[in-house]
Amino acid sequence: MSYLIKGETADWELVIGLEIHAQVISNSKLFSGSATAFGAAPNSHVSLVDAAMPGMLPVINKHCIEQAVKTGLGLNAQINLHSVFERKNYFYADLPQGYQISQFLHPIVGEGKLVLDMEDGSVREIGIERLHMEQDAGKSIHDKDPRRTFIDLNRAGVCLMEIVSHPEMRSPEEAGAYVRKVRSIVRYLETCDGNMEEGSMRADVNVSVRKVGETDLRTRTETKNVNSVRFMMQAIEYEAQRQVEVWESGGAVDQETRLFDPDSGETRAMRSKEYAHDYRYFPDPDLLPIELTEAFIDAIREQMPELPDQKKKRFMRDLGLSAYDADVLVGERETADYFEVVAQGRDAKAAANWVISNLFGALKAAEKDITSSPVSAEHLGRLLDLIADDTISGRIAKDVFEIMFATGQDPVLIVEEKGLRQITDTGAIEAAVDQAIADNPDQAEEVRQGNAKAIGWFVGQVMQKTQGKANPQAVNKLLRDKLSS
Amino acid sequence: MSLDTTTVRKIAVLARIRIEDEKLPALADDLNNIIGWVEQLSEVDTDGIAPMTSVAEMTMPFREDRVTDGDDAERVLANAPDKSPPYFTVPKVVE
Amino acid sequence: MTHANELTITQARDALSAGDLSATELTQACLDAMAAARDLNAFITETPELALQRAAQSDARIARGESLGGLEGIPVAVKDLFGTQGVLTTAASHILDGFIPRYESTVTENLLNAGSVMTGKTNLDEFAMGSANVTSYYGPVKNPWKRDDGKDRVPGGSSGGSAAAVAAHLSLAAIGTDTGGSIRQPASFCGIVGMKPTYGRCSRWGVVAFASSLDQAGPLTKTVRDAAILLQGMAGHDVKDSTSAPMAVPDFEAAITGDVRGLRVGIPREYQIDGSPAEIDAIWQKGADMFRDAGAEIVDISLPHTKYALPTYYIVAPAEASSNLSRYDGVRYGLRIDGDSLDQMYENTRGEGFGDEVKRRVLIGAYVLSAGYYDAYYVKAQQVRSRIAEDFKTAFQKVDVILTPTAPSTAFAIGEKMDDPIAMYMNDVFTVPASMAGLPCMSVPGGLGDDGLPLGLHLITKPFDEETLFRAGDVLEKQANFTARPNSGGAGR
Repeated sequence: MSYLIKGETADWELVIGLEIHAQVISNSKLFSGSATAFGAAPNSHVSLVDAAMPGMLPVINKHCIEQAVKTGLGLNAQINLHSVFERKNYFYADLPQGYQISQFLHPIVGEGKLVLDMEDGSVREIGIERLHMEQDAGKSIHDKDPRRTFIDLNRAGVCLMEIVSHPEMRSPEEAGAYVRKVRSIVRYLETCDGNMEEGSMRADVNVSVRKVGETDLRTRTETKNVNSVRFMMQAIEYEAQRQVEVWESGGAVDQETRLFDPDSGETRAMRSKEYAHDYRYFPDPDLLPIELTEAFIDAIREQMPELPDQKKKRFMRDLGLSAYDADVLVGERETADYFEVVAQGRDAKAAANWVISNLFGALKAAEKDITSSPVSAEHLGRLLDLIADDTISGRIAKDVFEIMFATGQDPVLIVEEKGLRQITDTGAIEAAVDQAIADNPDQAEEVRQGNAKAIGWFVGQVMQKTQGKANPQAVNKLLRDKLSS
Repeated sequence: MSLDTTTVRKIAVLARIRIEDEKLPALADDLNNIIGWVEQLSEVDTDGIAPMTSVAEMTMPFREDRVTDGDDAERVLANAPDKSPPYFTVPKVVE
Repeated sequence: MTHANELTITQARDALSAGDLSATELTQACLDAMAAARDLNAFITETPELALQRAAQSDARIARGESLGGLEGIPVAVKDLFGTQGVLTTAASHILDGFIPRYESTVTENLLNAGSVMTGKTNLDEFAMGSANVTSYYGPVKNPWKRDDGKDRVPGGSSGGSAAAVAAHLSLAAIGTDTGGSIRQPASFCGIVGMKPTYGRCSRWGVVAFASSLDQAGPLTKTVRDAAILLQGMAGHDVKDSTSAPMAVPDFEAAITGDVRGLRVGIPREYQIDGSPAEIDAIWQKGADMFRDAGAEIVDISLPHTKYALPTYYIVAPAEASSNLSRYDGVRYGLRIDGDSLDQMYENTRGEGFGDEVKRRVLIGAYVLSAGYYDAYYVKAQQVRSRIAEDFKTAFQKVDVILTPTAPSTAFAIGEKMDDPIAMYMNDVFTVPASMAGLPCMSVPGGLGDDGLPLGLHLITKPFDEETLFRAGDVLEKQANFTARPNSGGAGR
């Protein structure tokens, strides 16, 4: 699958690299003991260190290191035993120290790779260049005062992981799949909550275009402020189109930082005065290098949960699920866990069908997610049991499911209370069959003449007479016996 | 290597220090003298020598992940020369 | 009788515990001397009320038999680089106008917990950048020592106010910080003891940072024994400083045995510099002779990269400083000069708030870290630094302590060397190498120069071997028998 932009002079391909900033799940900040919790009163989660008071010093949070290593392992990446924090020097209102403590020459995680299963069935492998740890900045608030910008440092100093891909994505869809995959992995690992709306996961998108066949990269732009996968894909499409137009009109793309405007779907160059970036990185003399041991990494490796790729393989191999079903089920850890409870000791394919078609459909309509599902995995499993042991038919099961979704009740209880138990008494079914044949002699004759399709019509008749409770297989068999010529 | 006034101006902007134009040439002279003097380090053979990263021969201590600080906006705002509690303020920033 | 403010810590400690003197009397004597000697400009902020309050608490503890130890009731002046809760902290810079910390630096907190009484915040070079205490926004400090030419002389720097305060007996002792010689060189200029412990021995938490990989707090005192006692109260591992050494603090005073027999004292030939005044060589030779007389062994050693230490320092320290001083931006504390935009506000505030020397160093630092120059300057300097540290390591296989002069001259007149930064930087030529290697070191008064002004002798030992340093320093002090007194200031009233 190739995504190309048809220009006046040539077909252009996209070169996309992503820098994902993932906020690490931790109680306290990377270098200070203040809290990370979202939504606190302004400047309340701020220590003297975060406010860069004179003489304040950073002390690293061990859990943040563990989280970064865990994420690195999840990204199939090299963990570096020796890594170094450096200062990235620049001035900005929300950067109290005048530098961001980050990692530059020696990141904690090196090369890794992600495998993307695209919707068309193709598989794309995207290289990860590195993952490094750094401090988040504070927040600037522009709309509270006509002449001043207000600063809230609650987020300043929270640990971020910056996950940098190689520029190996070639379409908005690939970029979208990549972000979803990273998000899925960090959520499985519980190293980041992946919440793009609250900003705990953000992507900076590097886009350039080049004519098909060109091997060198052209100038790229970096677009910030994309807070959903959809917006990111929009931003890439817009930006690629814009760049093609710039090149084709004889211009040149400027290397610049751009902002995405979700309202217009467009990107625009940042208006703030651009200085030539010169971050003057150097090792932070307030800190020492991080020296990890293999034992430290092994201990983290042992805590690793099964990740989506492994889970998907297992679902396909052991449970016989299709690639598509498996992919859908493993995307969110909660979904996979739910499914596994439903499928436990049951027909996995049926379980997958019910979760994907019925449950997901109902959840979407009700704007709920799996964690707030009114139907528990245990109850859905029990519903499957009722079908499997012929207590109810598949048709009745759908009605039962609707009641379950509305009330949260146990399906066994619903079937009992509403008297939905399938009729398995052959005598009763036979009577209904006989009645149907007697009432419709012409149609009976058609069947006897060899019109097998008409038998389905008879089944419907019988089901109607039994309010759907007759066992369809039994009805079918009786009809065939009685109408065979 | 020599720092002309343009370079000094550029560095002053990087460091966000306003330097009056009339002071620039003398400052450039001072900086040039200092830079010229430190350049004697090029005489030292440092092939294969690792740069010193820390004078202390120790490894970095790790802190446990506990909330031990914060919850005192008044304390961090107390010295701000211009503020609108609970916020710090700066001149309007246009992004 | 000796006035109380002229006592050493050791003497005052005995007098306090014997009940011959109260902490309040002792403190009052210092406060009086301080008030009488304002002409020296040794203090930026005097804290008499706080001092008397703490002295009274100290007296109450002594009365209850709950003395906190060796520093109970001892007045100590604090360099105005240490953050002190509720007390103006300026770093002698305009940019910290009105800054009153809501925290106490670990070192001053330790001193409080040891019972000492802070009498005030002493003057210094702005952000500790200087060797003469002439870059202070609050004006220069005068050395209590004078010559017959009547010119006021510098006390050295950057801990010039602390050194002057001790030399003039405005306080029993003082604390300072030393980045490239900022305790030892003023101690030499003022005829007192100044000691820089091993990097990591004292916490840097709460001390306004100049160059993080070099800054270290230390004592300025009248005697070597006092330095041991004061350091005991300052030092210790601090979990708030990642570079603080997780080591137990030995009993420094107990290390002072008076015996240096068999001690191997290294004399590094590279400290013999061209054009150095004869009086410097003379005092150095005298130091070696004194050690030999006391039974130590004198060993010639080589520290081949000595001459590169100072230029290395003038890359590393400004680089770190340029970044450390970025936080002074007019937003959260201190001076703010408004502007039409954020960047204008930054430039106005920092342009107005920093003095010339600070600006020079910040700009040098930004330059040596900037794209294209980083490897040539900063990385190269850190490599040379490794070589300097190796030199010392090699030397310490042969010797226990290294003896050098502290400074290349006696105190010069205020106003001299002002227009030549490099000439000013040369003041630290003998003190900087040990700083680059993070080693413990100390200046002990060795005698008087030809001009009648004091000259110090400088000792260096292995990392965390402050015990040998105190032992050797004490013997040197006794041998030198430095009894000369400054001829101005607030000594005794």
